[in-house]
Amino acid sequence: MTEDMLRGLVAQVRNGELPRRDFIAHMVALGVGVPLASAMLADVAHAQGGASEAPYKPTKRGGGGPLRLLLWQGPTLLNPHFATGTKDQEGSRPFYESLARYDADGVLVPVLAAEIPSRANGGIAADGLSTTWKLKKNVHWHDGQPFTADDVVFNWQYATDPAGGAFSVGFYANVRSVEKIDAFTVRVNFLKPTPIWDRSSSLWLIPKHLFSAYMGAKSREAPTNQKPVGTGPYRFVAFTPGDLVRGELNPNYHLPNRPFFDTIEIKGGGDATSAARAVLQTGEFDYAWNIQVEDSVLKTMEAAGKGRVVFKPSGNPESIFLNAADPWTEVDGERASVKSKHFAFSDPAVRKAFGLLIDRKSIEDFVYGRAATATANALNNPAQYNSKAIVAEFNVDKANALLDGAGWRRGADGVRAKDGKRLKFVFQTSINSVRQKVQAIVKQACAKAGIEVELKTVQASVFFSSDLTNPDTYGKFFADIEMFLNTRAGTDPDRFMQQWVSWEVCQKSNGWQLQNKCRWSSPEYDRLYRMSENELDPVKRAALFIQMNDMTCNAGHVVPVAVRAQVTALGKSISAPLTGWDLDLSGIHDWYRA
Amino acid sequence: MGAFILRRLALALPSLLGISVVLFAVLALAPGDPFAELATNSNVPPEVRVHLRATLGLDDPVALRYVHWLWAMLHGDWGFSFISRVDVTTLIWQRVPVTLGLIGTSQLLALAIAIPVGTLSAVKPYSWFDRIASTIALAGFSLPTFFTGILLILLFSIKLDWLPFVYRSDVEMTGWRAVVEHVRQAIMPVLVLGLFQGAGWTRYVRSAVLDVIRLDHVTTARSKGLPERRVITRHVLRNALIPVVTLVALQMPIVFGGAIVTEQIFRVPGIGSLLIDAILRNDTPVIMGVTFVFSVLVIVFNLVADLLYGLLDPRIAYR
Repeated sequence: MTEDMLRGLVAQVRNGELPRRDFIAHMVALGVGVPLASAMLADVAHAQGGASEAPYKPTKRGGGGPLRLLLWQGPTLLNPHFATGTKDQEGSRPFYESLARYDADGVLVPVLAAEIPSRANGGIAADGLSTTWKLKKNVHWHDGQPFTADDVVFNWQYATDPAGGAFSVGFYANVRSVEKIDAFTVRVNFLKPTPIWDRSSSLWLIPKHLFSAYMGAKSREAPTNQKPVGTGPYRFVAFTPGDLVRGELNPNYHLPNRPFFDTIEIKGGGDATSAARAVLQTGEFDYAWNIQVEDSVLKTMEAAGKGRVVFKPSGNPESIFLNAADPWTEVDGERASVKSKHFAFSDPAVRKAFGLLIDRKSIEDFVYGRAATATANALNNPAQYNSKAIVAEFNVDKANALLDGAGWRRGADGVRAKDGKRLKFVFQTSINSVRQKVQAIVKQACAKAGIEVELKTVQASVFFSSDLTNPDTYGKFFADIEMFLNTRAGTDPDRFMQQWVSWEVCQKSNGWQLQNKCRWSSPEYDRLYRMSENELDPVKRAALFIQMNDMTCNAGHVVPVAVRAQVTALGKSISAPLTGWDLDLSGIHDWYRA
Repeated sequence: MGAFILRRLALALPSLLGISVVLFAVLALAPGDPFAELATNSNVPPEVRVHLRATLGLDDPVALRYVHWLWAMLHGDWGFSFISRVDVTTLIWQRVPVTLGLIGTSQLLALAIAIPVGTLSAVKPYSWFDRIASTIALAGFSLPTFFTGILLILLFSIKLDWLPFVYRSDVEMTGWRAVVEHVRQAIMPVLVLGLFQGAGWTRYVRSAVLDVIRLDHVTTARSKGLPERRVITRHVLRNALIPVVTLVALQMPIVFGGAIVTEQIFRVPGIGSLLIDAILRNDTPVIMGVTFVFSVLVIVFNLVADLLYGLLDPRIAYR
């Protein structure tokens, strides 16, 4: 499909001739991810956002009784700027709101913003250097003070104060300043032209009048850190860190007929399995977060009929990485140095053969169940929308033929070798029953192709740590093969695709802290990535990302296995707009009991 | 006796210091990072994590961090949690009422079972009552709490739907309904802990009573024609309970420390669950705070047990 055809389709959507969802389905069939397809429509009427989410039906505010939510890791703090864990972000969400949120289609919909900026409404500057946000009027903080542009500016100052150490500084990457235009208009100015104009809009905003005295080093002393006063649908009642958050209906909420529930309660603690049980089997709770439980167990629980399990598509692929560097010899006092080459994976035939030995279908059917879908793409949306360019193939015979052709001959023990080097690999991952099953499936297939695989498992807290002295971290990658889940938070693939650029390669000099763990890089990939950073046209930018995905997958150092879904348990009668592209509670104002 | 107490307390100081050094060193050597979650999130630049670690002083040498902690501790500043940014003392105090209420009740239940059942078993050893009680006690302390807990949940919550299995420290009802709700949710955790503890103590009471009941003074009391009831309560139990009292006193720090496994199963927000959460998230100040309180209590109650022993048995002197 050419760029002209794409533009034609986008125009049709704009004119209302083609439904938005049909356009996305069409794009998806062509191998374009949902968020990218949605991004192409960024300029098209945002009023259509939320199209695929269930409509909100209640006709009056309140009267819904209590809403009980269960997070097996309880929220530990309620200041969104310090909410380093998802549990904390979810915990403060009933009280605080952001300018906008992403719906199930990955489309930005307004919350505190009056409208989503676009080229058409003049919100997005043509030079990509600024975005102007119009704020909703008549929004009040829970203490009655009005919400204005000053608050939005203040949140930028608060997050970026170097003495504060706020995690939210990441939301303001590339932001030069947030500027007040008038009481209800702010402009976000960028350091350099950027297509990513929306990142700061999903940060939950705190009130200036209560936090301005507690900037920077004093941030910990603010009494409102533990007693949030926000704009959200629920007002704060009580909080015990790690255990319980309680809220009550906000009678002055800015959206009509909302919220539905009179009280909200977020309970923490315990484990995922019993959390699922409390929703699905006993109905004590209406919602349980992040249920990482084997699918067969969930199915038996669902049979009780008190609740259902929702699988939200996300863009987080579980992938196997083949080391591009040599982990077994030291070069300049460093193992797996980028200056070295892996003895076998430097041969494209070996990488290609390995890619053919991943039995994704069995892994999906017997290991993950509904919790993940097989994929061969690095850049992913839900699997039903997978790119057609990269096709997953499991073919032991073909792998054998490839290795034979490349001169890797089987020895007396059945293991292939060439120039005295045997195809024997160490395959490491974190300790996790699901990952160990995948490891075993891969090992079995490799054995059939004359590749010997030694499995190694590392405690998750060690594997994912940044511990400089421990040799078993995923960043050091002192093994031939490793497997882990790439988290792709948010819809924009920018930071996700950044992980294969050459300046992100993990090395001793950078403390192995960067994103490129497998150390594969290519000047062409770097060039495409640089282009994507400056490409303001969403259509061209999307095409660049697809090209980068295809390049990565064809190179064979990154072998995606399955894209994981976010798993949530919901009470039978609860209607909740859940999205894989934002927090579960980002749409809490629209939750109701049917 | 005053000198004895003073000497014991003076001896306790170096042990507390030693405990804190060991704990701090172990925590510093253990793998993990309180901000590990940020590392796997590609939307958070690594600089953010590095910056967070630096502001909390996590990159300083271990010895320096320990000295900082000790110095603050000597000034009564227990520090604040890396994760929730709340003072450690506040976090501990929030958990104390639930812990004392729930674990305390279960210990009382255990005593209420152990003393009568143990005594009756010993009075009529190898009777049917003794055999049944001993069998149940054996089963009771052989089954771990995580097993009985899940068994009770399956029976009372899932099959019968009688009791809730998620403990909520703050129920939204008021008045009598709140009391009823509190009792309903406390039944299962208290039963699990109380029966487990009670089973062990029953065996202990039984053997202690058996030791005493054969002594000459009991025979004398009986031959004087005292009623059996009086013989048991006055002459047997009082003597038999001396070692039991010591045992219970030594258990008191555990009452405070909570029951980590049971708290996890029923989501009881006690000290035990605070500690386990802090350990899982590498939240050093909280781990240090809780374990420090715990070691102080162990030392204090050891002393109390020693003193109680002397009070109950005048033959023991303090030197």
